[in-house]
Amino acid sequence: MQLESMYQEIILDHYRHPHHKGLREPFDAEVHHVNPTCGDEVTLRVTLKDAGGEPAVADVSYDALGCSISQASMSVLTDLVIGKPVSEAMDISAEFVELMRSRDGADPDEDVLGDAVVFAGVAKYPARIKCALLGWMAWKDATAQAIGTPDGEHR
Amino acid sequence: MSMDVARIRKDFPILDRTVRGGRPLVYLDSANTSQKPRQVIETLTEFYERHNANIHRATHELGEEATAAYEGARIKVARFIGTSDETEVVFTKNISEAINLVAYAVGNVGAGRLRLGEGDEVVISEMEHHSNIVPWQLLCQRTGAQLRWFSVTPDGRLDLDQADDLINGRTKIVAISHQSNVLGTINPVADIAARAHAVGAVVLVDAAQSVPHGLMDVGSLGADFVGFTGHKMCGPTGIGVLWARRALLDEMPPFLGGGEMIQTVWMDRSTYAPPPHKFEAGTMPIAQAVGLGAAVDYLSDLDLSAVRAHEQNLVRRALHALGEIDGLRILGPTEPVDRGSAISFTLEGAHPHDVSQVLDDRGVAVRAGHHCAWPLHRALGVQASTRASFYLYNTPEEVDALADGIRTAQKFFGVT
Repeated sequence: MQLESMYQEIILDHYRHPHHKGLREPFDAEVHHVNPTCGDEVTLRVTLKDAGGEPAVADVSYDALGCSISQASMSVLTDLVIGKPVSEAMDISAEFVELMRSRDGADPDEDVLGDAVVFAGVAKYPARIKCALLGWMAWKDATAQAIGTPDGEHR
Repeated sequence: MSMDVARIRKDFPILDRTVRGGRPLVYLDSANTSQKPRQVIETLTEFYERHNANIHRATHELGEEATAAYEGARIKVARFIGTSDETEVVFTKNISEAINLVAYAVGNVGAGRLRLGEGDEVVISEMEHHSNIVPWQLLCQRTGAQLRWFSVTPDGRLDLDQADDLINGRTKIVAISHQSNVLGTINPVADIAARAHAVGAVVLVDAAQSVPHGLMDVGSLGADFVGFTGHKMCGPTGIGVLWARRALLDEMPPFLGGGEMIQTVWMDRSTYAPPPHKFEAGTMPIAQAVGLGAAVDYLSDLDLSAVRAHEQNLVRRALHALGEIDGLRILGPTEPVDRGSAISFTLEGAHPHDVSQVLDDRGVAVRAGHHCAWPLHRALGVQASTRASFYLYNTPEEVDALADGIRTAQKFFGVT
């Protein structure tokens, strides 16, 4: 069975027990993203804070319907970016997108990606890459919108 | 007469290959696209090796041969769907184009019974494929006509109680699938067509899922337009068919303008070729049409009633086997009555993508998602589903492999 290369135990754990799930208030931006091939969807909220003059991720909350890969990926995302400066979180996001596009999941940087390195196996299945990226694209979109929002407007 | 599935399988070279590291291929995705018999593949090769030329334009021998093969394919298709008039058969690139052709022609028509405007209504259903929804949405946006639709009952049938309300004096077009690509439901198209004709409406039937199983006689169906696609019926991709009553094709303005669809061209105006060529602008998918002709020959040489009986046996076996799995919900009819060979289902605790991934790991190819029928999934209250679809080359053992694979998925994701 080659399945285990995709469904690493960490992924299944995050799927069964997702971190930071649920929609919370207050928030600076909310987006709704859909995977048009399967209809999976996520509503995701981003709350930013000021950390020494630069924006940082205070919270990411979400409500989502989808497969194990998309759910686990969102859960891992929240672990990785909450508390980080937005610039660093964006770097992590770029690294994750790079990993997904690498086709064979070659050589992911564990220092940057943490638990997200286990998604290397997903990169071998082109049909599932969109699943893994759904939450990340939503987060990037919401964060870009939040940065464009004057601080505190929605609070 | 029973069907020799082992002999049929020998005609499909791809069924011999293995996938995912040595697993025999169990191909249960024919409603998505069917596999191709050697006879079709060889016809394509022979066309390109021996007869390739453009059609209707070339005056040389190859041009004559290519034209004869292309027009010969049209005649074969016409006979296969039960019409003696091959000028009613228009080649398109697929059924989406066939439906769009009708929608655009109707949108552009200047006068007459096909003219559409405010106050007119177009009727579709919730169980349509996106290709029989979106073209009508676009048409209604262009013309101001109103789009209405049949609901689907919880057991996956059209809610015909709505027929009196939906099909009325304002109805101009009724567009309905013959057989649902998700539920397998076979709709009572002839009854709906009779109602539509009684109020002066025209009827388009999406037959993408029924023609491949030899279920088409345009004479008795009662429709005015029938669309289907070659690649789901053992033919190549890139070739589809619109059948329409000749009088309607004569009334309809052209769809795409270009080479070979004209009679005369001046700088400020043109006149058009008679149907079907009026609707076949530019160089057509010639080899693909010829390949579709070979696919029709292949199917016609079989005893199609025996093929259907074989497919019904597979469906009965699958409905039974899947029905025994805890937490599995079959979408659509659970009895093999008025039902084709697509079976979609959900599995509690496991997403369709994950189910199909486990099946794929075992060599079982199915489809997961909304199968281009998002509104239908919404109506049934599900996000997505897994679909297995059977065709003439499938075996009872493959049905069992499906059921085993689903149980494996349950174990893998800790559902049981």
